[in-house]
Parts: sequence; C-alpha cells; structure tokens
Amino acid sequence: MDLIYTEEQNAFRREVRSWLEAHVPRQPLPSFDASREGFEAHRQWERVLNEGRWGMVTWPQRYGGRSLDLIQWLIFEEEYYRAGAPLRVNQNGIFLLGPTLMEYGTPEQKSRFLPKMASGDEIWAQAWSEPQAGSDLAAVRASATRIGEEYVLRGHKIWSSRAVFADWAFGLFRSDPGSERHKGLSLIFFPLNAPGVRIQPIPQIDGETGFAEIFLDDVRVPAFNRLGAEGEGWSICMATAGFERGLMLRSPARFQVTARRLVELFMGCGTDADPAIRAAVLKAWMDAEAYALSIYSTASRLAAGGQIGAEASTNKIFWSEMDIAMHKTALSLLGARAELSRHSPDAVEAGRWLDGYFFSLAGPIYAGSNEIQRNIIAERMLGLPRV
Amino acid sequence: MDFRFSDEQVMTADVVRSLLAEVCNSQDLRRLLTSGSTWDEARWKKLSELGLAGILVPEDNGGLGLAPVDLVQVAEACGYRCLPEPLVDIVGIAIPLLAAFADHPEVAPCLEQAIAGEITVAVSHPVNPYVPHASRAAAALIVRDDGLYLVAISPDMLTMQLSADPFRPLHTIARVPATRIASRDEAEAPLRQTLDRGALFTAAQLLGMAQGCVDLAVGYAKERQQFGRPIGSYQAIKHHLASVQVKIEFARPVVYAAAADLPHDDVYSRARISQAKLAASEAADLAAHAAIQIYGAMGYSWEVDVHLYLKRIIALTQAWGGPSFHRERVAARVFEKPLGPETTFARETDRA
Ligand SMILES: Cc1cc2nc3c(=O)[nH]c(=O)nc-3n(C[C@H](O)[C@H](O)[C@H](O)COP(=O)(O)OP(=O)(O)OC[C@H]3O[C@@H](n4cnc5c(N)ncnc54)[C@H](O)[C@@H]3O)c2cc1C
Repeated sequence: MDLIYTEEQNAFRREVRSWLEAHVPRQPLPSFDASREGFEAHRQWERVLNEGRWGMVTWPQRYGGRSLDLIQWLIFEEEYYRAGAPLRVNQNGIFLLGPTLMEYGTPEQKSRFLPKMASGDEIWAQAWSEPQAGSDLAAVRASATRIGEEYVLRGHKIWSSRAVFADWAFGLFRSDPGSERHKGLSLIFFPLNAPGVRIQPIPQIDGETGFAEIFLDDVRVPAFNRLGAEGEGWSICMATAGFERGLMLRSPARFQVTARRLVELFMGCGTDADPAIRAAVLKAWMDAEAYALSIYSTASRLAAGGQIGAEASTNKIFWSEMDIAMHKTALSLLGARAELSRHSPDAVEAGRWLDGYFFSLAGPIYAGSNEIQRNIIAERMLGLPRV
Repeated sequence: MDFRFSDEQVMTADVVRSLLAEVCNSQDLRRLLTSGSTWDEARWKKLSELGLAGILVPEDNGGLGLAPVDLVQVAEACGYRCLPEPLVDIVGIAIPLLAAFADHPEVAPCLEQAIAGEITVAVSHPVNPYVPHASRAAAALIVRDDGLYLVAISPDMLTMQLSADPFRPLHTIARVPATRIASRDEAEAPLRQTLDRGALFTAAQLLGMAQGCVDLAVGYAKERQQFGRPIGSYQAIKHHLASVQVKIEFARPVVYAAAADLPHDDVYSRARISQAKLAASEAADLAAHAAIQIYGAMGYSWEVDVHLYLKRIIALTQAWGGPSFHRERVAARVFEKPLGPETTFARETDRA
C-alpha cells in the first residue's frame, strides 16, 4: 500500500491543471437541458476537450484518448472538477456506451462511432426505459423486426436524458417477437432525427426538459447498428450498467467539490451554528473522502487486472445518499433563503444548492433504483435467497 | 499510488484468520463464557506463537520493524471473531509504546519479555479511565500529569470495574509509587502516536466486528423460516443487511488508508485516523442493531453471539476516544487546511 502519487502522476496533474486553466470557459455555460443554445455551447466544449485530447483520457489513442490508467483518470477528474469545468453533455456516450462499444463492438463499429462520440459531433442518449419497463427493465416491449439488412423499430421509450437535443440513442429492443424477459433482446443504435422518430420533451422537477419520451414508428436502421449478437442485448446492457453504477458515472471529485463548497458555506454563516449542522458538515467531508478512498482502492484493483463486481451497487447507494445529505445540510444552513430559486435577488449562489438538492433526489432512482441495488447486494454479495 | 496490500500482508492476515477460525469460533467463545474466565491460555499460547508481538518494534530493539499497515488486517480479523484476549492492544499499542523508551534500564527487560511473549503489558491512558485485562498483565504503563510511568502490577493496586462485555475485565489502577520513564515533554510524541495507534487498531477491530455481525445475521436469515420461507428472502431483511454492508464497504478503505497514513503523524493523518474510528464505530453500531433485529428474540438472549459483539462494540466505540473527541480532530483538518478533490492524499511538507 502506497498512497503517494508518483512523480509522473504529479507531472500529469500539473499538465491537466495548466491546460484547464487556459481553456475552461470563464463564464459558466448555459444549461444543456434548457435550450438548444446551451446544448450547443456544451458540444463546443466537447470539441475543445477533444482537440486537446482530453475528452476521455482512458480511451486508446486512435479514438482520441491517451490510453491512460484509472488512477490518471481520477487525477484528471479531480482537476476537472477543481477547475469548475462544464458538465459533460455526452456522458451517456463517453462514460457508458463508449466503454461498452470498446468491449463488444466490431472494428467497423468502433471506427464508425467512437471518433464522433469523442469529438462531440454525435451526442448520445440512452433509450432503455419504457412506461411499463422501469426497474423491471426486462419487461421492454419496443420491438426490432429484422427485414433483410435492416431493423424496423417500433415502440415507446421514456425518461431518456438529453434526448431532446441529442443526435443518437442506444436502445434496448425485443428482436425476437416470441421471446420473454431477458431473452431475445438486442441493443440497437438509432439517429434521433431518423424518419419515424418523435421526441416529446418532459419537464423535470426543476422545470427544465432534461429528459424526453421517444416514440418510434417504423424507424428503419441498418443491422450494422446492432451492438453484439442478436438476442444478447441484456448481458451487454448489464455491462453498461456496471460502468454506470460503478466508476464512471460519478467520480469522487464531484462530491469533494460539493463538500468543499459546503464547508465554505458553513464558515461563511458564522461558527455559532447548530452543533448538529456542524456535525453534518464534517460528515459531508468525511463521506466524500471515504468515497474517494474507496474508488482509489477499486481503481488499484482494476489496474492490477481485477473486475468490477457488486461494488457497483454499493457505490451507487453511497454516492446518491451522500449527495442528498450534503444538499440537505446546505439548505439547513441557508435557512429562509433555502427556498429562493435561481433568479431571486437574495438567492445564494443563484439557487445552486436548491437545484442540486432537486437533482440529488433523482440519484436513488436512475441507474437502477437504490431498492434494486440493495436487492443485488443482498442476493449477490451476501448470498441471501431470492424468494 | 497503489491501494493494495502486499502479498506478505495478505498472507499474515490469512494465517491469523484461519487460526482464529480454529480456536476462536462460536463454541470457543461459549466455552470461555461458561467457564467464567476472560482469557483462554491455550489460545493465547497459539496466538503468541505467531510471533506478532514485536511486529511494530524497530529491528534494533528486537522487533520486526514493520508498520501499522502490516497489522491492520490482523486487528480486523480479531474483531471479526470477537477475540476475547487483547492481542491487538498488546501488540499494536502497549509494546510499541514500551519500545519508544527501549533505552531506559527498567523498560529494556520488560520489552524483551513482552516481545518474547512471556508477559503482557497494559496501558493506562487518560482517554481510557478503565484499563482492560490489567489483572493478567505483569506491568502497566501509566500516564500521569508529569510524565509516563512503569509499574509492576500487583493485585492490591487494582480496583475492579464490571464491563457488560463478559470478556473485558476492567480495573482502575491506584496511584502507587512507580518508576518515571519519561518526562511530560519526552513522552509527548510517543503518547500522541499511542493514541493514534489505539484509535486506528480499535477502528480496525470495529470494522471486523461489523462484518462479523452481518455474517452471523446472514447465516441465521438463510436458515430461520417464517411464513414458510427463510426470513432472508424477505426484502425488509435484505435491505437492513445491504445498508449495513454499504457502511462497511465505505469504512474499510478509510481504515486502511488511516493505517498507511499513521506514520506521518500530522494533522492529516490524525484526521484520517479519527475518520476511520468514526466510520467503523458507525458501521459496527448499525451492524449490531441489524443483527439483533434479524435474530428476533434470539438476538435479545444469551443464546447467540450477537450480544457479545454488541457489548464489545459499545466498549470499543468509546475506547481511545469516543465520537465527539474524534469529530474534533477531523474538524481541525477540515476547518484549517485546504480542501477539495486534489487534497485527499496531499499534505503540506511542514508538519502541523
Ligand atoms: C433524472 C433521471 C434520468 C433518467 N435518465 C434515463 C435515461 O437516460 N435513459 C433511460 O432509459 N432511463 C432513464 N431514467 C429512468 C430510470 O432508469 C428509471 O426511472 C428507473 O429505472 C426506475 O424506473 P421507474 O421510474 O419506472 O420506477 P419503478 O420501477 O416504477 O419504481 C418505482 C418505485 O418502486 C420501487 N421498486 C420497483 N421494483 C421494486 C422491487 N423489485 N423491489 C423493491 N422496490 C421496487 C423502485 O425502487 C421505486 O422506488 C432516468 C430517470 C431519472 C429520474
């Protein structure tokens, strides 16, 4: 056990820091969920990142990455959040689909999709959930009918993040009409502007249209757009979900920055605060550190050839609950200003804590609800019986 | 940067784990409980034969010259089995403190015997007014206002206190004449490090105890049937246990990082150690509660081992500083030093 960065890692950190100092936009970009303009501003930032080859440092060089290891990825993320750089509009692509494509894609699929994903030219949405298939994802009904070298897609997807402005979606479809549950599913890509696709934005709790319904009415796509073998969609989705819950979706730096802001807010409010709030502020810092230490530990293990297992589920529960607790503590500190929304003159940090609190409440729902994660931990980690 | 244990560290922990599985399982605990004793001499002999006594003592003083990170998983394993004998206190706390004064003429022979496993030594530190297992010890290190003292223990200087933990005999030690082995100033740094080792290894034991409680409860939940099904198939039971497991998973790396950090002896290492103590206590407390709930009335009885864990957890949560004490040490880092994602492993070169 050696918890000291190597000179090479320190040099890498300095390189990331100076590049970000020179390139991160001075003004925060407008939200990517509120307008096309905000979305395109974030796309532009993805291009800048990609030109510096900073889009996804763990990716192979030929797809715009630097072939770096997970510890270097963590260092990059630390600097990224430290610099207050924009949120990643293409996170569904680069963090979820990207790694899955690299594992399951053909060489032709990789060269067709990865470079444009890396450059931000194609921004991705995930189209798995349906009105009747939420936690019970294996209940998907949307169908993919094979006709010659094409699939014809029909069905109704919902809660698809970024789908309002994104370019492509990766969807889960029933490709074998007689099949049930986990069998007979395929993972298929479709352009969101293809004929027969209709997008219906859904306002979220904060009023922005962060997700959408997708209606597919005889949408024709080449069979080339199927990832992995026909009928193997479920196991590929589970691999993606592992990336999603596990490491990539929420890097520790995000919460460490929130914890630091919370400490600053606390100190700014005077130190005569309620001891219970003080304890909650200290807990926020400790939890963010614990999450970071745990991810470093997992990254060390993976770097030595280990596999991500049930910690994908423990991680997801931990970060989502921590995020809520930190924002709740901030609202307690804000007192009467807690309810002030973004444009209110007295709003602290433009209502950022309230916005963050709203968003934190989605954490235990998306990427597999925390109830489902607890089932997974109990059954797969602890070996408790299924029925 | 590598968070993994070395092969030797993994091996040492495995050896201790398998020995304890053999000599410190539920039947062994039960046997000791019925005997009314608090120390199993046969087990202690086997544990002594592992040769761990000098693990943290410098090689020049006859030890192995290893670091806390080499012992942390051993402490965890002892907690997991709710080991009655204070192996961790002796090897991880008392002997290293003796070794800090190895040159003192009265300490030297005592240290030698302790490393050889011939005697045990207790530590009376102001944060722990009641000294566990003092009656079995040949000598005690006693912290007084003006320094550190060494005294040979005789029964008449001990006043018994009764712990709820049946394996944890407690005593206060009378203020008898003793040899001062260090002045207050000389003792300051070694005592600060003793407190750190105490908190760290107690945290590691609590972490092991938390997992011990979960594993006991999981075993029971798979077997106990109600309404025609194992209770472990009910989601309410699953979710209790899963929540505890999450707490454990996020306490463990903190405890390990604290062990790696301890030798730095600065405000950062102290905060990490205190964080470890807080996290492990919380996990253990939750685990014991969940286990009692899952065992039902059986959990409220002496029939199963959960109560042994619960009582030790109550004791260890306060040992070497309780939650409020450790929260203040975390506060000293959080409110006075730089924060943010780049500071997890960073430290200023000037020691605070
Ligand atoms: C902000 C946000 C973004 C999202 N983005 C996307 C996206 O980009 N693409 C996409 O495909 N989907 C997305 N989703 C959808 C998300 O994956 C689903 O919301 C999630 O899988 C839960 O499904 P559901 O909402 O239908 O709830 P339900 O499955 O109906 O669950 C409702 C409640 O019942 C509980 N429950 C359900 N089954 C069980 C069980 N077996 N045991 C115990 N409790 C149970 C759940 O935990 C939950 O509390 C997003 C959701 C949110 C909130």
